[in-house]
Amino acid sequence: MSRVMIFKRFERFWHWFQALLIFSLLITGFEIHGSYSLLHFGDATQLHTIAAWSLIVLWLFAIFWHITTGEWRQYVPTRDGLFAVIHYYLIGTFTGAEHPYRKTSKAKHNPLQRLAYLFFKLVISPIIWVSGLLYLFYNDWPAVLAGALNLETVALVHTAAAFAMLVFIIAHVYMTTMGHTLTSHIKPMVTGYEELDEPAKKP
Amino acid sequence: MAKLTKTHPGKYLVVTALAALLMFASTSGVAAVERSPATADHSKFKALKGPFESASEVTAACLKCHTEAATQIKATTHWTWLYEHQETGQTLGKNKVINSFCGMAVTNEPRCTSCHVGYGWKDMKQPPPEADSAVDCLVCHDTTGDYWKFPTLAGDPTYVPREWPKGSGKMVQPPDLPNIAQNVGASGRANCGSCHFYGGGGDGVKHGDLDSSLVSPDRSLDVHMSPDGANFSCSDCHSTWGHSVSGSRYQVNAKDTLGIDIPGHTDLSRASCESCHGAEPHKKEKLNHHVDKLACQTCHVPAFARGGVPTKMWWDWSTAGKLDENGEPITTYDEAGHVSYLSEKGDFRHGENVVPHYAWFDGTVEYTMVDEQFDIDNPPLEINRLDGEPNDPGSRIWPFKLMRGKQPFDTERKTLLATHVFGADDSSLWSNYDWPKALKFASEESGMPFSGEFDFIETRMYWPITHMVPPADQALRCGSCHSAESRLAGIGGIYMPGHNSNPWLDRIGWLVVALTLAGVVIHALARVVFRRRKQS
Repeated sequence: MSRVMIFKRFERFWHWFQALLIFSLLITGFEIHGSYSLLHFGDATQLHTIAAWSLIVLWLFAIFWHITTGEWRQYVPTRDGLFAVIHYYLIGTFTGAEHPYRKTSKAKHNPLQRLAYLFFKLVISPIIWVSGLLYLFYNDWPAVLAGALNLETVALVHTAAAFAMLVFIIAHVYMTTMGHTLTSHIKPMVTGYEELDEPAKKP
Repeated sequence: MAKLTKTHPGKYLVVTALAALLMFASTSGVAAVERSPATADHSKFKALKGPFESASEVTAACLKCHTEAATQIKATTHWTWLYEHQETGQTLGKNKVINSFCGMAVTNEPRCTSCHVGYGWKDMKQPPPEADSAVDCLVCHDTTGDYWKFPTLAGDPTYVPREWPKGSGKMVQPPDLPNIAQNVGASGRANCGSCHFYGGGGDGVKHGDLDSSLVSPDRSLDVHMSPDGANFSCSDCHSTWGHSVSGSRYQVNAKDTLGIDIPGHTDLSRASCESCHGAEPHKKEKLNHHVDKLACQTCHVPAFARGGVPTKMWWDWSTAGKLDENGEPITTYDEAGHVSYLSEKGDFRHGENVVPHYAWFDGTVEYTMVDEQFDIDNPPLEINRLDGEPNDPGSRIWPFKLMRGKQPFDTERKTLLATHVFGADDSSLWSNYDWPKALKFASEESGMPFSGEFDFIETRMYWPITHMVPPADQALRCGSCHSAESRLAGIGGIYMPGHNSNPWLDRIGWLVVALTLAGVVIHALARVVFRRRKQS
């Protein structure tokens, strides 16, 4: 057993600030969509816009961080061990099997996590950003764009991506409870440190 | 407060000063217009000393100095009651159009022409009287408030004590013409209002956003016209050029792209919000993004008839003429105390604080003219039609008063009919409550054909709403439109976040969310179950 810094300070800040912003965006976003009335449309819109810009800035820092630290490699997908992890979540977790993946600070995400986070970063988020910015700057669309696209389509795509985001978050939050204890996956994202297991057998 | 002054006079001063400061702060931002002093004191003119036999003699005196005024007036729609529409080619104006209130002015002359800006127009088949002295200067320039065009005298005030309303016992005294003539000045709200507030036969009846409450409105009723607000007269916005007043209901400037009117740059007509406020008046940019699709009035006139004066929303002429057992005309009132039935006029519904009807509008209004055939099988008939559509960059969503009712039409000729409602003869509807007789007389008098067969058809008429603008904090909230219960529901052509959405996206989206949640719950329960089993 060794205590290893697995989530650096910026990474934790990024994660939790992003979580806060995404929750704000979901709550205000679905109000703007008309799903319920909580803050009134005007305030919801204002908050949504502020949170969106904050998240964009945060992402610019995060992208810079990923590139300069080489941490982007953490998300390179691999099939190696992927099915073992899927098998574990579907069956092994009930039969008391050990998690097949061994985390290291160089490869802290298991193959399923890598895929899920990569999907989040390369599919859901870009769709939200692009559709969201188009939505925000709807009045400033150049004529070429205005002829080819309408607000209804942009809103449809933006909302669809928001549903995907919501589904991701439900699954993500649940999966964090699947460590040795309910909170053992969450703790490192708070403290940064994790007791990395030796591949020793348990009694 | 009294106690406070006794024991702490110093404190009282502070409180008073603070209160004064607060009052100042709360009214700052809108300063009442201070008028430039006049260069002439009309009481010093010999020509205005009188005596005057008639108002027309006052006009003759005015024209001695204002030599071109009569010619100018006679070129305006206020005089001709004719309007050549550039877009539709229709000839409109009170001379030609029919409305859903009292129908047409023709054959009802001395009553309707009491609002003509002249004297003695008793037969509308002829043009207005030609004499320069037939122009009425006083109706627009009286500042005493004592000048009143008597309702049945074709434009003249009364020259003998006369009862009005008929049967009320109230006597209207002849005006003091020399005093009025010596106190003429620029037109105020009450001048324009003496006709425009009373259109359709009474206070507030016709427009909904124009009634006597605007003579001296609170800020919350009209921030521009309120003495506590900008204290505008009508002509501060409806600027004039040689007595021709800007702003038209037949050809509305639905989207003023000229922006703020600056001498040397624009036409200087100010009858649009943009003339003073420009095209991007809001501090919040997102609000400015709305001005391409929404008229200012759509958000800034949240309701009309807000000043305590009701406006007519429904007028059913088909029920007119019922009499009580003694053969006397009937009057009934609704719960609010507004007249709901008159034998002379039929059934009414009045409204106060009315939420407008909204429609795309490019400013052009087309009329169903009295001689125009229409589809009698598909009521309601639109007395006027609004041009405009969502994809037209010149169109915006505008608020309207939607006037509804029933009025007579010729079932054979499939046209509307001139109605002879007022007149001292024995044929007018108001003298004998006999529709066939009144319609026949109207046809003979006006020369408009009538087959003799008639019925009543439901009609609609649109009246653009633009006055009664409250302070900005009383404008509509975002959620007034961006919500399920949107004011603009059914307007078409725009996607309104919060109101419009794709039902299939919502169904599929929430289903997937529910399935994910269910999956998570089942997985979690299974974990608990298997852990227990393992432990046991």
